[in-house]
Amino acid sequence: MSAHSKDHYFVPDASAYPFLCSIALFCIAMGGASYLNGYTFAPTLMSAGFLGMAVLLFIWFRKVIIESPDYNMDVDKSFRMGMSWFIFSEVMFFAAFFGALYYIRTLAIPWLADTELLWPGFEATWPSTGPLGAELLAGVHPDASSIAEGTKFALVDPWHLPLYNTLLLLASSVTLTIGHHTLRASKRRQTVFWLALTVVLGAFFLFLQVEEYIEAYTQLGLTLGTGVYGSTFFLLTGFHGFHVTLGAFILLVVLIRYMKGHFTAEKHFAFEGGAWYWHFVDTVWVGLFIFVYIL
Amino acid sequence: MSHAATAGDHGHDDHDHKPPFFQRWFMSTNHKDIGTLYLIFSLTMLFVGGAMALVIRAELFQPGLQFIDPHFFNQMTTMHALIMVFGAVMPGFVGFANWMVPLMIGAPDMALPRMNNWSFWILPFAFTILLSSFFVPGGAPASGWTLYAPLTIQGGMSVDMAIVAIHMMGISSIMGAINVIVTVLNMRAPGMTLMKMPMFVWTWLITAFLLIAVMPVFAGAVTMLLTDRHFGTAFFNPAGGGDPVLYQHIFWFFGHPEVYIMILPAFGIISHIIPTFARKPLFGYSSMVFATAAIAFLSFIVWAHHMFTVGMPLQGELFFMYATMLISVPTGVKVFNWVTTMWRGSMTFETPMLYAIGVVFLFTLGGLSGLMLAITPADFQYHDTYFVVAHFHYVLFSGAVMAMMGGAFFWLPKWTGHMYNETLGKIHFWLTAIFFNITFFPQHFLGLAGMPRRYADYPVQFTEFNQWSSFGAFGLGISQLLFVYIIVATVRGGKKATAEVWDNPEGLEWTVPSPAPFHTFDEPPVIR
Repeated sequence: MSAHSKDHYFVPDASAYPFLCSIALFCIAMGGASYLNGYTFAPTLMSAGFLGMAVLLFIWFRKVIIESPDYNMDVDKSFRMGMSWFIFSEVMFFAAFFGALYYIRTLAIPWLADTELLWPGFEATWPSTGPLGAELLAGVHPDASSIAEGTKFALVDPWHLPLYNTLLLLASSVTLTIGHHTLRASKRRQTVFWLALTVVLGAFFLFLQVEEYIEAYTQLGLTLGTGVYGSTFFLLTGFHGFHVTLGAFILLVVLIRYMKGHFTAEKHFAFEGGAWYWHFVDTVWVGLFIFVYIL
Repeated sequence: MSHAATAGDHGHDDHDHKPPFFQRWFMSTNHKDIGTLYLIFSLTMLFVGGAMALVIRAELFQPGLQFIDPHFFNQMTTMHALIMVFGAVMPGFVGFANWMVPLMIGAPDMALPRMNNWSFWILPFAFTILLSSFFVPGGAPASGWTLYAPLTIQGGMSVDMAIVAIHMMGISSIMGAINVIVTVLNMRAPGMTLMKMPMFVWTWLITAFLLIAVMPVFAGAVTMLLTDRHFGTAFFNPAGGGDPVLYQHIFWFFGHPEVYIMILPAFGIISHIIPTFARKPLFGYSSMVFATAAIAFLSFIVWAHHMFTVGMPLQGELFFMYATMLISVPTGVKVFNWVTTMWRGSMTFETPMLYAIGVVFLFTLGGLSGLMLAITPADFQYHDTYFVVAHFHYVLFSGAVMAMMGGAFFWLPKWTGHMYNETLGKIHFWLTAIFFNITFFPQHFLGLAGMPRRYADYPVQFTEFNQWSSFGAFGLGISQLLFVYIIVATVRGGKKATAEVWDNPEGLEWTVPSPAPFHTFDEPPVIR
């Protein structure tokens, strides 16, 4: 059965990674739930889970890379389809949060303002912290109450850091595409340059995003607890930032693998998969820039 | 539909070399073994969830509180549903997909075999977390399986455990669905065009699409719950500008496609059994395909019919009412096609066929009560009553679960190489069908009379119907022990099954020997 040849679809031999990864995932999930409820063993369990998962995924991907010369074009196509559908699932994950934003802004807040019974005088505006946003804020972050006077907080100025971030990410999509073209033309040094530049742009984006969060928390009075505006703002941008981190990490690994000579001008699926993911992350950002920051 | 021109010789000794126990069952990359694991897991969960149903029915045998307190009763209804939906029905169909899809399309295995095994192994761990929530302070989640805010914002640690367990099940489902889609789109034997694919493969292709589209949305909903609970966000808190109804919208945007995820593969199985025992090709194959696709499309635009009484604008109520009623058109196409397939067929009534006919009849009853529930003004009366409970058990038990039982009898000879005991099979069908109806038919009347669901107690006038229902439930539960006995007996021995098993059935899975060898279709078969 171990006689793999390119005439046949590659069916891997028995593997312990899936089972072990499930144990690691169990530790992360159980550790996470316990951590939120104050159990002292939780951080250890969760760290063990994350560490185990990182090590296992490293070994698992390493195995796939070693096997990859045995993959024929059908396996390659399976990987491409798998990655595309994975990105589609990510799109739907973000759709849930964009949908929540739309529902809150367009429907829930006006309805809340129409109900004179509950909070007379509450007006439908966006951004909104809701009728009791400031008190909620004080409850969650006792030290932040001094920042937010009443329900007041300041918005992140879209034409400052977010605009720079938009330009950074759009530029990174361009540099990545140039990198792909040079890769296909086997221009080695140029590929390394453009790919590295993409990673640097991504890292710079993340740096500015952290900067923006610090500004929001310390100067603008905009926190996760700033009513529903803070909820939608931080969860949308936060999950996006997490995806940029993942995308930049993928591209960094691709860069290292490229420098080790893993890819040829014809065969470089990891590069392409990473690039698709990066473009997806970019597209989400454009949606965020328009619907969260500008409008 | 497909025909194999060459049976092929797949029974080489080296192909049937199986790895040692631990490697085979814990480290598998074999679609058949992983399918078996899924099916065993599903059956186990059927009994765990079933036991909880019996606790519910024991308590409801009489008015007043006899055995358990109301809080534990709520935990039972919640966990029964979560376990049946995510532990029994969904993994059961994934088990069928794992076993049958590669065999039906002539593929050597699933497209991504290691990921396939990961999809499975996440599940036992996820359910360990979910079930262990019984032992944390406050007990298991008691909010109903929909986990509606704001009740779940206030719940104890068990809600967090349910949330992380759901995240794990979501990861498992998405990976499983990606695997099915990629397998179907990329690994069909040469010549098997999309419109030659067996119906089960088609229904699973569409189911997998639904899974990838909506499981992440559910993940988003429970993530918002988690941040509302622990990180001070206000998605579902009106004081902060949020809205608990938002949770219901996001949940049911997942939840409605989810119910089709649980029924479409059942349609697929029925579409194999009926032609086999009517000895006629499936009537209206392409209309079946398009009806399935239409049902899937409609499933995305009907979600708010689960929340007619929540206080939506009139336009919303009307839109979701009409959109919901539209579903009966493609569903009707399917039912008529099954009936027409049987029309003037030379029918025999082996156990799988009994199940298939039972499903067509009983599922249609569930569909009709669904049509009643779709009527907004009528739903104001039925909402959250036992009428709803009766409705969804008619589609989920006598639809999904009985289709799986029929499918199990249909393919058991292919899986094990032995024929099951036909007499016992038929007895099992009749026990199941009769006790199922005794359990759930009276619940229609209870609901119409106004008995609300999810209560541990009820007024005295509902007693008689509840006693019928409880009597039926225990009969239904005990009858399933016979199902396990038949399966175990068939695995261990019995009359040898031929490759074809049935009378000239259609499909590639019948061209390989019974039991299906460890590896099949290393060389793709030729499809005419």
